[in-house]
Amino acid sequence: MTSSFWDSGAGRGLNTIILFGLLLIVWEVCVRAFDIKPFLLPAPSVVFADIIKRPTWYLYHAYYTLLETFFGFALAVCIGVVMAVGVVYSRIIERTLYTILITLNAVPKIAVAPLFIIWLGTDLSPKIAIAMLVALFPIVIDTVLGLRSVDPEMLDMARSLKASRLQILWKIRAPCALPSLFAGLKVGISLAFIGAIVGEFIAAQNGLGFIVVSAQATFDTTPMFAAILLLALLGLFLFYLIEFLESVLLPWHVSRRRLMETTHG
Amino acid sequence: MHDMPLDPTPGTTPSSPLITVEGVNKVYCSARGDVAALHGIDLSIADGEFVSILGPSGCGKSTLLKCIGGLEPVTQGHIRISGQEVLEPPDDCGFVFQRDLLLDWRSVLDNVLLPVELLHQDRAQWKDRALQLLDTLDIAAGADRYPWELSGGQRQRVAICRSLLLDPHLLLMDEPFGALDAITRDELNMELERIWEATTKTVVLITHSIAEAIFLSDRVVVMGKGPGRIVEIADINLPRPRSLEIRETPAFAAYQRQLRSIFEALGIMRRATA
Repeated sequence: MTSSFWDSGAGRGLNTIILFGLLLIVWEVCVRAFDIKPFLLPAPSVVFADIIKRPTWYLYHAYYTLLETFFGFALAVCIGVVMAVGVVYSRIIERTLYTILITLNAVPKIAVAPLFIIWLGTDLSPKIAIAMLVALFPIVIDTVLGLRSVDPEMLDMARSLKASRLQILWKIRAPCALPSLFAGLKVGISLAFIGAIVGEFIAAQNGLGFIVVSAQATFDTTPMFAAILLLALLGLFLFYLIEFLESVLLPWHVSRRRLMETTHG
Repeated sequence: MHDMPLDPTPGTTPSSPLITVEGVNKVYCSARGDVAALHGIDLSIADGEFVSILGPSGCGKSTLLKCIGGLEPVTQGHIRISGQEVLEPPDDCGFVFQRDLLLDWRSVLDNVLLPVELLHQDRAQWKDRALQLLDTLDIAAGADRYPWELSGGQRQRVAICRSLLLDPHLLLMDEPFGALDAITRDELNMELERIWEATTKTVVLITHSIAEAIFLSDRVVVMGKGPGRIVEIADINLPRPRSLEIRETPAFAAYQRQLRSIFEALGIMRRATA
């Protein structure tokens, strides 16, 4: 009885909340008991108090980080999917663009970030560009993989029904590639988020990454922790947003199916 | 070579063949050298005939079916359907594969309607026929369900409905019941017999089951391997419509013995050459 509750979605959510609640209590107790200096490790109560004191300020910066991540990610999805289709359907694109992309993937993209500040300035656009660049690779690679891994017999079946190339792409290949695309999107959204924060680290006037670096300069550790906490929440939100989209769009997906069978049975 | 029918009945001899296969060779080129999949295949299949192609795995029987269905080009020779050279999947031809190849993201009904959609025709006009077909194959209740909610046998029934939707004159079936359990297989054999009986379709069925081939066919083409070639063509003169009980008759047993002895002979041949 009890084990079946803890295996359910609500049970697992509650489990996570209780676990982190306990961790926060341990943290609070340790800070007070060992009298740790606030500039080294502020107590969670102090961090929460700071967020509650100026919520709009934090929200404003969180909004910037979210905006950069979202636009960077959206651009990466659009460019990535188009590129992947091109790679799968054209040998020339595969031999040129894809080869360049795979080779450039070896470059740590974060190292290129300062260049974007020079090229694009210090407003939103360089952060969006960096977020796009880091998210692009997993999306292209996983989409190519998905489009290619279509069962050849499935294609025979489509050809026997006189499907055109476009119909095969749209009605067979694309849905077959969706699980793989979503695997790329999950990695991509996390990377876009990191890319946006790195952009803010280098040069910015807004964003949670900006709060972290500017607070660090004055040893004001409390807003740093508050920003990190908000970043963690945002990261979770973004990841689960993609998971949610996946569960809505791909109810048939095998891994979900197995999950459903285990929870039912 | 060709086995003479014990009791030749008029009408079984092909007057105008629907499918003619002439001197077909098929060679697959691979990195490790060329592999001959089919060698010197000659076959003609009459309009309205039910022909099974029986053989051990790897004898090229599926390759032959894919060539007939225009999914694989032949290396040499000609395949014609109604006098026309097969270069691409022909019109008026339905395919059933060993795996059901249903699209998991479409409901059963949407899977059955796929052929209509690919031809840019009006789905609404075909919906009644699709539901009727599903009813014929006893899965109408599942029309709104998704393939992953169905059993293997039900999935293959849906695949058969899909291939029958446009009422093709020619039905090419590549071991459609190979992956099913024995009871489901018997059931689907019965249903296929009934469907063939009720329509005027020409069916080419690939199978490795001797009983299935005899039960369903007018003629059984026996293939051997290395490279794939036709060893024997046996006429099956059992009364129609056939029911499963026919499998217990002496005539059925005689056909089974006859076909089994061909395979035994092939086995001996293989041992002699090895």
